[in-house]
Amino acid sequence: MRFDDEPVPGYPLPILPGHTSPGRFERVLRAGGFAVTTELAPPDSADPEEVYKRARVFDGYVDAINATDGSGANCHMSSLAVCALLTRIGYAPIMQISCRDKNRIAIQGDILGGAAMGVCNILCLTGDGVQAGDHPQAKPVFDLDCVSLLEIARNLRDEHRFQSGRKISFAPRVFFGAAENPSALPHEWRARRLAKKVAAGAQFIQTQYCFDLPLLRGFMQQAEALDLFGKIYILAGVGPLRSAKTAEWMRTHVPGMHVPDATIARLKGAKDQAREGINICIELIQGIREIRGISGVHIMAYRQEETVAQIVDQSRILQGRSPWYPERDASQFSHRNAS
Amino acid sequence: MYAARAWSVRHARGLNAFYAGFEGLLTRMHGLFRALGYERIEKPVAGIERVVKGLLFDCRMCGQCVLSSTGMSCPMNCPKTLRNGPCGGVRADGNCEVKPDMKCVWVEAYRGSERIAGGVEAMMKLQFAVDQRLQGRSSWLKVVREKTEASGAAAKALP
Repeated sequence: MRFDDEPVPGYPLPILPGHTSPGRFERVLRAGGFAVTTELAPPDSADPEEVYKRARVFDGYVDAINATDGSGANCHMSSLAVCALLTRIGYAPIMQISCRDKNRIAIQGDILGGAAMGVCNILCLTGDGVQAGDHPQAKPVFDLDCVSLLEIARNLRDEHRFQSGRKISFAPRVFFGAAENPSALPHEWRARRLAKKVAAGAQFIQTQYCFDLPLLRGFMQQAEALDLFGKIYILAGVGPLRSAKTAEWMRTHVPGMHVPDATIARLKGAKDQAREGINICIELIQGIREIRGISGVHIMAYRQEETVAQIVDQSRILQGRSPWYPERDASQFSHRNAS
Repeated sequence: MYAARAWSVRHARGLNAFYAGFEGLLTRMHGLFRALGYERIEKPVAGIERVVKGLLFDCRMCGQCVLSSTGMSCPMNCPKTLRNGPCGGVRADGNCEVKPDMKCVWVEAYRGSERIAGGVEAMMKLQFAVDQRLQGRSSWLKVVREKTEASGAAAKALP
């Protein structure tokens, strides 16, 4: 969708009534669109061009790009820096903040800094344990957990105060999100935990990978029973599995990843496993769209980012709309100039 | 001790009832505590608390106990010290993502909370960020002080 008040790339949109951020992502959700987000794996490099190269792959297919914060407890370029690079040219990043590596002093500083750099969306996470990554010898911080982080972040925005109570002069105008994993135990408590996150200030949720639709449906029914519909936008996490072997590996090594045996069997039986992985993902998205209360999908395609465009295209979730990207309006402008 | 911790969750209801009585007793001793001086008794009381709760809950002496809101499963035993529920990394067998041989503290907490009257509602309460300055201090004395000060303030507010 194109907004009438489209700003110069890199400048914020005007904030509409009822919105908390000047960002595109919140606008799409509040306008009732089926949003598409994806994940950018920050490079192991200090070269900004590598960030732009990774972002360009998604041009025209996604509403927002998550910049992960040391995902899987592995060291990469920081999410704040990736976001600063992306906002410079107008992309809508979702800055992930994990409680694993920083205490509340650093985190609150990052929220202010991110917002100053044009970040409109922040995803508050607890973070994977350090044992999962490439620096198991590191000190886990966990000064906050994702719920206390949300509460502190919301107070920064709405009460204009640090956790200490000290006033800030200009509040970060941010749309806050959190994660949830409908597939993880204890199932009957996942929606209640979602309710806590909503109470603490979460406005949108991106879930972990959902390969098991009945589990996701159960989760959504519980969320509805807790009267959470209308209070939170839920984006279901999906992604292509490259092969049965990677699926097996992810299931055992990625924390919180639940892949049903039937999915792995289907991959094993396929001639072209990568193609089948994409097909499974597309079918999942089509199933997810039918579930009441879901506002979009979050496509995670680590090391196969090029498949995102194909998945979005073939599942037809954008329904003809074209999310903003740097060159999108160029043709319109050149047309204008010509006339 | 892990076995004792598991026992405590299984007996969450009894322990919760016992604590309610114990807290009432402590609150009635406020006058004595004040006469002795809260700071002077802080160390010995914290010492006793450390031993008793260490044995029963593997208590980490965070100094701001929430056991009654977590089904008698101490959240500070979570490797991420989560105080608002489990992370998304709980394994398919209900064990911890970081310590695969340990039952998730929050899976235990949910079991415990279902045994306590009002435990489920207590679990829904938002737990705010931990005050790291209280580490090692007595949670019992803190509760007594806060309760009596609150009731004192309420009494003063009356005309």
